[in-house]
Amino acid sequence: MDFGPHLLLASLEGAVTAAILALTAMGLSIVFGVMRVVNVAHGEFYMLGAVIAWWVTSLIGGHPAIGFVLALGIAPLVVGFLAAAADKLILQKINYDPDRTIVATIGLLYIIQQTTLMTFGPDARPVQPPFNTRLALPWFEYGEGGFAMFWPWGLSITSYKLFVIVAAVAILTTLWLLITRSKIGLIMRATQLDSETALAFGVPVDRVYMWVFGLGAGLAAVGAVLVVPIQQAHYLMGHDPLLLAFITVIIGGLGSLPGTIIAAILIGMSDGIISVFFSPTLAKIIATLLVAMVLVFRPQGLLGRST
Amino acid sequence: MSNTQRSNLLHLGTIALLAVAFFILPTYHVGNLSRIMVLAVYAIGYNFLFGYTGLLSLGHALFFAAGMYGLGLSMELFDLTTAPALVIGLASALVISAVIGFLALRTSGVSFMIVTLMFAQAGYLTILYFGTYTRGDEGFVIQQADRVLFGVDLSSDTGRYFAALALFSACFLAVAHLVQSPFGRTLVAIRENEERARMLGYDTVTHKLKAVIISGTISGLAGAAYALLFGYAGATFATVQYSIFPLLWVLLGGAGTTIGPLIGVIFMFYLIDLSSSITSAYMLIAGVVLVLLTLFAPQGLAGELRKRVFKWMP
Repeated sequence: MDFGPHLLLASLEGAVTAAILALTAMGLSIVFGVMRVVNVAHGEFYMLGAVIAWWVTSLIGGHPAIGFVLALGIAPLVVGFLAAAADKLILQKINYDPDRTIVATIGLLYIIQQTTLMTFGPDARPVQPPFNTRLALPWFEYGEGGFAMFWPWGLSITSYKLFVIVAAVAILTTLWLLITRSKIGLIMRATQLDSETALAFGVPVDRVYMWVFGLGAGLAAVGAVLVVPIQQAHYLMGHDPLLLAFITVIIGGLGSLPGTIIAAILIGMSDGIISVFFSPTLAKIIATLLVAMVLVFRPQGLLGRST
Repeated sequence: MSNTQRSNLLHLGTIALLAVAFFILPTYHVGNLSRIMVLAVYAIGYNFLFGYTGLLSLGHALFFAAGMYGLGLSMELFDLTTAPALVIGLASALVISAVIGFLALRTSGVSFMIVTLMFAQAGYLTILYFGTYTRGDEGFVIQQADRVLFGVDLSSDTGRYFAALALFSACFLAVAHLVQSPFGRTLVAIRENEERARMLGYDTVTHKLKAVIISGTISGLAGAAYALLFGYAGATFATVQYSIFPLLWVLLGGAGTTIGPLIGVIFMFYLIDLSSSITSAYMLIAGVVLVLLTLFAPQGLAGELRKRVFKWMP
């Protein structure tokens, strides 16, 4: 394959990564934005979404699409409720003290991960995609006879991967409308702006926090359900998305939702492209150091406002 | 008895107790205890930064690994003997903690945790990337012939135990002394209220940088000692998990107490030791302990003791 088609393929793969990353990072970003806490267990909620998706699809027989649609509905709900419960039982009790929240969510991380290890086991398990047609992609090149269209061998994408991109865009648009146009969003933004004043105006801040925490975890679970037909469900799969989501949220500017989206696209695409052309470990080292440097020299992130 | 006499008695008593333990405990527990003492040195280093200066780092595994690989690689690649290799291990931890401290201290709070985490992650990946020298996750064994310091065979049970005890006592007493000194008092003042400390004319940035360097170097010393006493260096010791462990030990034992790190390591070590005989998911216990601690005993075991019973405890 030539460089051009290769790059197109890499960017398509990157777009899929970016779509999933945008969902996961958005969950983290909303939680940080509204509640000002860092949820270290975020990756485990992601993993839990994938495991529940496997569990639902393996229980339901018949066409894989039925199980998948059910999983897409059930997994985020279960994970969201679990996270909301964890928030009420643990985080609310320690008053969202930043240091203690980190420690408690590290604890939560191990509890979720190890419980999954005990019940789900150490194996990676696949989930059937609901549809998976291979679509060949054309490539245009300016040759001797003017523009010519041809079909390079190996340049293709599955219909499911396209669906992931579309689904992520649809979900994020819905979320955007929810936050900017609905009463729920208004309450969320009021709490984010000044929780004490919001409380004085009758906003049940504790409940808002609880459900925002649930929403954040639910978004991670949606991302995981979408990704699980491409990857496999495994009890350690939450580690990389957590770091990537952290990086995304920081680069985008802590608490800035549009920043998170832009950063997700930037990082997802470059991750896809860099890992095609460079050693993945080296790429990760460079990316990690870059992010650390962004935080050191521009702590408010790319789109964040300095406080 | 004055409070200083009481705390001296507590420190010397702890060391004496550990020395006696060698002669009365069965071999299995003696082996465990020498490991515990080395890890307690790591915890003491972490406690100096977290407990006394109030900086929560999630990247101390980098310093531990710096000491470990500084020693291990200089032995492996340049055939150095134990003493100079140990010095190189210490020096690499010192240099790395100075660089990380200089960069990371530009941030604070949550950002400080994440920056240290990122640097440690980059360090871990670097160890993996240079797998031809470090052998990555698999690690390498340090030859028994190299594990002799001043004529003491550190691979024998006795040599190892008393080397660990000597190291532990030195760090334990040094840090106990340091936190009572004007420098240590200033660090506590920074922990309690950095603005006020700055207003009183203390150079808080330099103080914090020194704290990071001291803490990182002690952690590196622990890493080098671990490689030396147990004859193995591997990338596992650079993972996030080994950054979280000292946090866990210190929180469990009691942050900002001299005896806390040791108590935390002993408690956690035996908790994991007992639970891993029951289930392979032993980190579950660590998770539950963490959550329960933040909920019910945010000051840790020694911290709660100090609050309730021994008000004089250092």
